[in-house]
Amino acid sequence: MTLRSFTLLGRWVMGITLWIAADGMAASADTTSAVPMPVRTIAPGVYVYVGRHEEATPHNLGATGNMGFIVGGESVAVVDTGGSARAGARLREAVRAVTHLPIRFVINTHVHPDHVMGNAAFAGDEPEFIGHRNLQRALVARGEYYLERLRESLGAAAAGTRIIPPTRIVDTEVTIDLGGRELNLVAHPAAHTDNDLTVFDAATGTLWTGDLLFVERIPVVDGSLKGWLEGTARLRATGAAHVVPGHGHPPPDALAAFDAQDGYLRKLLTEIRISIARGESIEHAVASVGRSEAEKWALFEDYNARNVVTAFTELEWE
Amino acid sequence: MEVRASHLMMPVLFLLGVSFSDSALAENTTDGQRPGLKEILFGDREILDGAGVLELEAPKRAQDAAIVPVTVRALIPQAPERYIKTITLIVDRNPVPVAGVFNMSPDNGLATISTRIRVDAYTDVRAVAETSDGTLYHASRFVKAAGGCSAPAMKDQDTALARMGRLKLRLEERPIVGAPVKAQILVSHPNYSGLQMDQLTRHYIPAHYVQSIKVMYDGRQILAVEGDISLSENPSVHFYFVPQSAGDITAEVIDTEGNVFTGAWPVTPQSDT
Repeated sequence: MTLRSFTLLGRWVMGITLWIAADGMAASADTTSAVPMPVRTIAPGVYVYVGRHEEATPHNLGATGNMGFIVGGESVAVVDTGGSARAGARLREAVRAVTHLPIRFVINTHVHPDHVMGNAAFAGDEPEFIGHRNLQRALVARGEYYLERLRESLGAAAAGTRIIPPTRIVDTEVTIDLGGRELNLVAHPAAHTDNDLTVFDAATGTLWTGDLLFVERIPVVDGSLKGWLEGTARLRATGAAHVVPGHGHPPPDALAAFDAQDGYLRKLLTEIRISIARGESIEHAVASVGRSEAEKWALFEDYNARNVVTAFTELEWE
Repeated sequence: MEVRASHLMMPVLFLLGVSFSDSALAENTTDGQRPGLKEILFGDREILDGAGVLELEAPKRAQDAAIVPVTVRALIPQAPERYIKTITLIVDRNPVPVAGVFNMSPDNGLATISTRIRVDAYTDVRAVAETSDGTLYHASRFVKAAGGCSAPAMKDQDTALARMGRLKLRLEERPIVGAPVKAQILVSHPNYSGLQMDQLTRHYIPAHYVQSIKVMYDGRQILAVEGDISLSENPSVHFYFVPQSAGDITAEVIDTEGNVFTGAWPVTPQSDT
């Protein structure tokens, strides 16, 4: 065994130990000595942390969505940064446990706090912060509100969290190079939000869907229900070998995961259209629409009613 | 005139931050050192319990604090001799507590209305109905929701802004001559509250909201709403009216920037035979 591989192994073992010790524990107050997020490799050079299906708490640091990074020949791209500066710091430590290549890109798949609020942890790396053409506008409209809610739910653990807007914008499509490894970034029309960005790593055929795909956890409609169903059809057509969803474990069968999500979204679409055609009120729709999916999704009771309200106010303009 | 006056009060209420406290209502006393909301809106008039006259329906816990559906159900008919003339919808702990004043007449047949409001903090939501004989009745519900007034507007901004000013009228199928028919007037408008912050400039997005919604049928006013920032974006009002013959429903909506939006829809009620 060479010294180098021994060192790597040692680091790996130490890392595992730390992950076991740290996962589920709030990070220490000092973000510079954060415990690495327990990431897993799903394809060569592709590392993913699977967020918990919970609301943001001081315990989970708001790391309730997936995040991770891709390591190229010369640099690293981070995809989403978790729900707080501390969650971001833990992700940064996970990068550093794997490589010392510079972090040149931080990609935010959309505006939701569990995907952007860890950006501050990477500011010192001076990366390009990349987002959809509508991301800045959405941060302007929602940033302060999200920070307020975050301070309420995380308390002192929200320290250091701030909004970092994109420094580079994806209008329709952009390719970035990590050194012999190209990532194709696509800006989508309104779907989960009106600022969804996907990342495709051609080297391994890995598609990071952001929240255009939810696995296990109930999908949240915050853009356009109809647009989302159209967006899913486009993603299915990419034929990716690996899919990293915005929430939940990377599915062994991506098409089955898209089917499950489409099933729920179509149910919302069909049942709300019937409700509107009958002249029913939102309250009426909230009490009945989508209920047959209750057993299929985590956090169903927390989000189904809200999805109905959102989709109802979209579909009543058809 | 009462309606105008209460609307003009709104900025005053905002500055004072007064609340319509339970004690002020129950004991009919002034709210400590400053006048209570009840006194500002209704003076020293007695407000009776609304049992048998109106009911308020609202979720105990809101799904979306920026879009909380509420229904004020009228339990008396709109008889010419005695009918509900106005319904004032109040959200005690909102920065601007009066969400809207809804003016109606016997032409409504039934004074039941539904709308969607913003709720900024756990609060009582109240409806005060004034009948044509000048009596005030009250119903309330406690709603758990927070942040609705500062919540960001618009899920799909491009679509929403492209649609701004569009009006939509939905009518129950097959309206019958002489029977109350349910209608919904929908206004595509962001209804900016003035409390939504632009994070980058640290400035608030200026308030810009729907101030007035008037709906006419056959030349007669069937609904007049004085709105404010506590109404949700894309203001929606469900109401009833009694069609007597074929005619047009017209609506005129005015916002705080003086924009006027109008719409017209034909109604052909069937005779009930």
